[in-house]
Amino acid sequence: MARRTPLFAVHQAAGARIVDFGGWDMPLQYGSLIAEHHAVRRAAGVFDVSHMCVVDLEGDQVRPFLLKLFANDVSKLTAPGKALYGCLLNERGGVIDDLIVYYLGERWFRAVVNAGTRDKDLAWIRRHAEPFGVTVRERDDLAMLAVQGPEARARVAGLLSSAGAARALALGAFFGAQIDGWFISRTGYTGEDGFEIMLSAGGAESLWHSLTAAGVAPCGLGARDTLRLEAGMNLYGSDMDESTNPLESGLAWTVALNAGRAFIGREALEALRARGIERKLAGLVLEERGVLRAHQRVLAGTAGEGEITSGTFSPTLERSIALARIPAAAGEQVQVDVRGKLLAARVVKPPFVRHGKSLVG
Amino acid sequence: MSKVPSDLKYTRTHEWLRTLPDGTVEVGITDHAQHALGDLVFVEVPEAGRKVTPGEPFAVVESVKAASDVYAPISGEVTEGNPALASAPETINTDPYGGGWLARVRPSGAQGGLLTAAEYEKLTAEEGN
Repeated sequence: MARRTPLFAVHQAAGARIVDFGGWDMPLQYGSLIAEHHAVRRAAGVFDVSHMCVVDLEGDQVRPFLLKLFANDVSKLTAPGKALYGCLLNERGGVIDDLIVYYLGERWFRAVVNAGTRDKDLAWIRRHAEPFGVTVRERDDLAMLAVQGPEARARVAGLLSSAGAARALALGAFFGAQIDGWFISRTGYTGEDGFEIMLSAGGAESLWHSLTAAGVAPCGLGARDTLRLEAGMNLYGSDMDESTNPLESGLAWTVALNAGRAFIGREALEALRARGIERKLAGLVLEERGVLRAHQRVLAGTAGEGEITSGTFSPTLERSIALARIPAAAGEQVQVDVRGKLLAARVVKPPFVRHGKSLVG
Repeated sequence: MSKVPSDLKYTRTHEWLRTLPDGTVEVGITDHAQHALGDLVFVEVPEAGRKVTPGEPFAVVESVKAASDVYAPISGEVTEGNPALASAPETINTDPYGGGWLARVRPSGAQGGLLTAAEYEKLTAEEGN
């Protein structure tokens, strides 16, 4: 039996098409996926992301614990409410999950991990938390909504007290704060500005209806996927997993290899780097008609071959784009085997779209 | 509820057929099928002159999420693929039984195994959609 979020009945009543995602019954789309996508690029959309797993980490040794567990460096987190994106790695440098960690106090950090990796993440976190005396508390009492788009912050602010609205609108990028009973952060997975809101599960339905009444479009996981891919953001399980490392997944920027910090996976990554990273995660823009899809073969001439990890039709660019793991030496032009035909694609550095604008010409 | 015009024939794989006055058969995908696929973004239609047999994939329709084959419902020779779909694949979503036609086929031999509108409606109801 699949899990359901506190908003499941609302999605059903709205006529959403429901699909299984990571063991959860989630809305794929309410009407037109492309219309939902454009709503986020041009105005504002709301996603139910309550399937994501919120974990509070508490204890005197929580910072040293995260310095060891997290491949990004929580020493960067000194201002209350600041968030940091990075990976949990295994000893071989493989990616267990990607997550966001919030600094809420010297004894209290909050992690948000993927739904599909929830069980293994919790087991991994608990196992390593124990020696540090860190308490691991899954916050399944919380729901989470992502409100995204150029008008998203204003729409959310309209639901807050005047003091709360002022505080929310003053949040810097990748900062969160407890405001009017909600934890509001200026984060997201779409390449647009916006907020993610964590609140008690019982309040989710009311917030959802207030947002849609304010003109925010309900959006499903289908649009979430096209938006994140245009924004060049990885999807765990597609673009990276335990068999790949962050250095070949476009995530080197999230790995802090500064001196003196012994995090799990560091030795393996340094050994890999010393030997040379032979693959990279790159963006592809299809130059012909067709649609790039995951697992299609990429031919990079004498540099060798690779594979698409995520592909879609980009509603903003009106052509197909993809993330692909290809030889590091690949040039600017490659071919993709699309249903038996070799189509030309251009290699680009993601993101493809940022704040509604094309970055790939 | 998806539309199932009573004057057309259907297949179990969600194609529809319309016999035109000149005897050629126009083929498309049903309203039920386009709804299940979602927003269509790419369509590949067969070229004129191609010989097809029933059940053979002869067109591809791709939505944002997935690619699907469309099967030739009869044997014959393709006389025309719909040229308008290259630049406007969404026509299949908005007008599946009209401007969204995929191909026209000059039939050869007998046509069998096709469903009436009532039979097709029953089939989609049984599929729980």
